[in-house]
Amino acid sequence: MLVVEGLRAAYGRIEVLHGIDIEIHSGEIVTVVGANGAGKTTLLKTIVGAQPVAGGTITFRGENISAVPGFRRLARGLALSPEGRQIFTNLSVEENLRLGAYLYTDTRVDKDMDDAFAMFPVLREKRNLNAGGLSGGQQQMLAIARALMGRPSCLLLDEPSMGLAPLLVAQIFEVVKSLKALGVTVLLVEQNAFGALSVADRGYVMETGMIVLSGTGRELIENPRIRESYLGL
Amino acid sequence: MRLSHKYSALLVLLAVVAVAPLFFPSSYYYRVASLVCVNGLAVIGIVILTGYAGQISLGHAGFAGIGAYACALAPVHLGLHPGAALVLGALVSAGLAFLVGRPILRLKGYYLGVASLGFGILVSMVLTNESAITGGPDGMQVADLGLRGWLAGIGLRLTTGQFWYFVNALAMLIGAWLALNLNERATGRALRALHGSETAAATVGIDVARAKLSAFVISAVYASVAGSLLALQNRLVTPDIAGYMHSIEMVTMAVLGGVGSVLGAIFGAAVLTLLPQVLTAFDQYEQIALGLIMMLVMIYLRQGIVPGLLALIRGRGT
Repeated sequence: MLVVEGLRAAYGRIEVLHGIDIEIHSGEIVTVVGANGAGKTTLLKTIVGAQPVAGGTITFRGENISAVPGFRRLARGLALSPEGRQIFTNLSVEENLRLGAYLYTDTRVDKDMDDAFAMFPVLREKRNLNAGGLSGGQQQMLAIARALMGRPSCLLLDEPSMGLAPLLVAQIFEVVKSLKALGVTVLLVEQNAFGALSVADRGYVMETGMIVLSGTGRELIENPRIRESYLGL
Repeated sequence: MRLSHKYSALLVLLAVVAVAPLFFPSSYYYRVASLVCVNGLAVIGIVILTGYAGQISLGHAGFAGIGAYACALAPVHLGLHPGAALVLGALVSAGLAFLVGRPILRLKGYYLGVASLGFGILVSMVLTNESAITGGPDGMQVADLGLRGWLAGIGLRLTTGQFWYFVNALAMLIGAWLALNLNERATGRALRALHGSETAAATVGIDVARAKLSAFVISAVYASVAGSLLALQNRLVTPDIAGYMHSIEMVTMAVLGGVGSVLGAIFGAAVLTLLPQVLTAFDQYEQIALGLIMMLVMIYLRQGIVPGLLALIRGRGT
């Protein structure tokens, strides 16, 4: 579904992605784990077009989208729930969700919103409140719900567990798992390697802008090197 | 059922506009109140650009100048009716905003402020220096709109002051209604979204450059129509209308009253139009008093007078 080949990206003259190759098949949950500063967020931003491609190609559903402007990529089915839950804090919860469905004007928007509220009941209670007043966990739920309102076939999640209490982290990973049942393909980027690898079908390990290891979630969890450097076991 | 924000705001505005004349002891008051309405109309444009979309312009008086001079020039040179000249001015302003907005809206924050300031100064220089056409610094006469005479013909006799108060108040009400409508629609949400985070806005499919440009064009039309109405009312235009002080006044009115809210910005326009009249009691200390009031408001009510006071009242209530 999503094939990234030899992808390079740079901030000014400093290259941060040195040729990334990853592949995600339809219906999979794939995770990219790695330390702070490995380039995980840059990878996602480049895939959705928030960061220009400096080299390589991004192929989505058989089409090269490397040159498609970012705001057009959602219409093709590619959604990002950005790092640090960039929800619109000056808008209400409902307005955030409606913005997620900015591209659509049909009646399915209301139905999708009901589905989002069914998935995250706490958002229904707070639908008319300013999103800035939500707790960290609730904001993360809103960020995921907003991305789903865009009807993605492939959802990119950037550090959904960041800064959340352990109980909420577990809840967020449950949500990620449940996305699979909805038929959404997921690319999950995480520092919480254990949590991410436990829910993922496959995983990649990223270090300083390169993919250094790949395998199924189970294989990676059992890999001695991963256990030592990322899982602290 | 609770009235939506939009209708309660419009009702408040309508009530104030309708009731205010009962307290006008002389035609001078109509004149000042009609100025409040014209300024109110112009700052609604600033609310859309700055309050919703988060973009700053220090050159919007340039568009007011274009609107004003369209009403002065088009009837003379093109033989247009002054009312049609107002529409022409709005179209020219929109076109120019489209052309100018493309390159300068790539800039952010104070860079955008300075670039737009440059645009406003350019317009006022052209109006001042092309004296063969514009009459230079002395300005020029503006043709009569003719509507007041027509109304008198059908039996509705209004003084000049009354007539312009009602025309401008109507224009302001329509402007407020359109802006409040925009706020509730997808376009308005998109503007407020890019105000929050441009990256996040792009990830939900918003064409950020286009959204900013449309806010700029819409707000230019507001400024242009306000400029036209001012010219038609005064029957005289001078390049001052396009001067940078006027641009800064617009932004100050909006920010003082509350740039995120249509009602707030109009209130700001009212305060800054009325205060100098009231403060004449302070004689030569007028400017000092005005400056002091503005500083105190910004220190204690940073969101502007109306949203700031509302937040205070709600805070006490709970």
